[in-house]
Amino acid sequence: MEKVLFIVLAVLAIGTALNVIFQRNPLYSALSLIGTLASLSALYLTLHAQFIAAIQIVVYAGAIMVLFLFVIMLLNVPKTQPVVEKHKALGFLAIPFAGAMIAEAFYVLKTLADKKITPAFAIDTTDRAVGTTWSVGYSLFTQYLLPFEVTSVLILMAVVGAMVLARREGD
Amino acid sequence: MTTAVLLEWVIKSAIILFVLVTAVAYLTFLERKVMSWIQLRIGPNRVGPWGLLQPLADGVKMIFKEDIIPTEANRWLYVIAPAISLIPALMTFIVIPYGSVVHVPILDRDVALRVTSMNIGLLYIFALTSLGVYGLVLAGWASNNKYSLLGGLRSSAQMISYELAFGISIVSVLLYTGTLDLSVIVGQQSGRFGVLGWNFFKVPLFLVFIVYYIASLAECNRTPFDLPEAESELVAGYHTEYSSMKFVMFQMAEYINLITASSIAVTLFFGGYIGPKVNYYPWLGLVYFALKVLVLILLAMWIRFTLPRFRYDQLMRFGWKFLLPAAIVNVIITATVVLFWPPQHP
Repeated sequence: MEKVLFIVLAVLAIGTALNVIFQRNPLYSALSLIGTLASLSALYLTLHAQFIAAIQIVVYAGAIMVLFLFVIMLLNVPKTQPVVEKHKALGFLAIPFAGAMIAEAFYVLKTLADKKITPAFAIDTTDRAVGTTWSVGYSLFTQYLLPFEVTSVLILMAVVGAMVLARREGD
Repeated sequence: MTTAVLLEWVIKSAIILFVLVTAVAYLTFLERKVMSWIQLRIGPNRVGPWGLLQPLADGVKMIFKEDIIPTEANRWLYVIAPAISLIPALMTFIVIPYGSVVHVPILDRDVALRVTSMNIGLLYIFALTSLGVYGLVLAGWASNNKYSLLGGLRSSAQMISYELAFGISIVSVLLYTGTLDLSVIVGQQSGRFGVLGWNFFKVPLFLVFIVYYIASLAECNRTPFDLPEAESELVAGYHTEYSSMKFVMFQMAEYINLITASSIAVTLFFGGYIGPKVNYYPWLGLVYFALKVLVLILLAMWIRFTLPRFRYDQLMRFGWKFLLPAAIVNVIITATVVLFWPPQHP
């Protein structure tokens, strides 16, 4: 059951992700990206990470993608020519790079599988409490407090920076 | 997971679907009646006794209307947009508890009067309400009509602005109750003090309710926040081009969103299905729940027919400069109260 779910969701996630790249209409790309995010969220659910799954939908699908759509519609972006067609040489360059990346990914996964490395943060998957809002919140505010606070300061800086940049002279 | 449990879910979902659709039909009728009472008119009274069959006549009329798809519209998105706005609206209702556990004689076992209870209940609702906007935005874009597009743009801007206040006011409730599970939140509001046990009467949460209610009106696109379909400037906003059953689907989504927002408010602030004697007669919970929801819906209608629509800049200023700071201040107050006087839940 879980395996079937994983395969279906993984195919959906990769299929929509490919669609993001191959669509010429930016609006369709954005919609496919929503599909990718939704299937990723469902994948998190199969991993017992309910909180992350919900947050994935709230933040990415619910807020960020709405802004994307808003910008696409407001600017009424024309159907773009793919960059590859404008610069033929780039297309030929892209193929070896993509090949190298795929080879690298396979190499890493293969060595990981061979060495049977145990992850640094081992998680007891039989524990029902893993992935609940409580456990995520608890570890964020105890074990990972410093990275959490540093990240929030970083985001605050980004917000202030955006305000400064967006503000016109004399406002 | 046995077949019986699965069947129970299917049956409950089907009942909810049926009840919601019927409720929507009669809400349209109620809305017109309330509007006429407020405006000192009689309102629909021709079809059936007291006009009670009006929704049926409306339904038949809408089904037989010609279903028009504009030539220049993006067909695929145009057709799918009403469904996108309707489905999240319907899905939200599965986590709302509308009664405690009852004994069903035919099945000869106890059945909880809710489809499911999950430990991310509140977040689930929040996630789905944030998805509802896509239906409106896509409808506006796919119609290929300037009024529709403007309506869609407005709805996306409005949703993003008011979702923040909506979410942050829910954070206050979460701080106070300490759980995201709606059934547990309702359970906490029962107790010896009756009505005074409701979250609405707890010290910090009264102000939270006001922010929540305003934000939820904006999320439902109700007047005074109905800018996405402001008829005096945008014809009908995002659903200008829609006709027949596709138009009905938008209307249904809007009313179901209103029912859901009221149900969540009842669950979070007004004790859900809790009322006198509900421990002895669990079926009474359904009645209390329905009555409380109806009161909140009537409040929304009263607001709709009393207040004029905001101007767009007023809407944005109100959302960002008043409602959002108010919600944040509420969180600080609630956090302080919870820190110094931890709530004793029954």
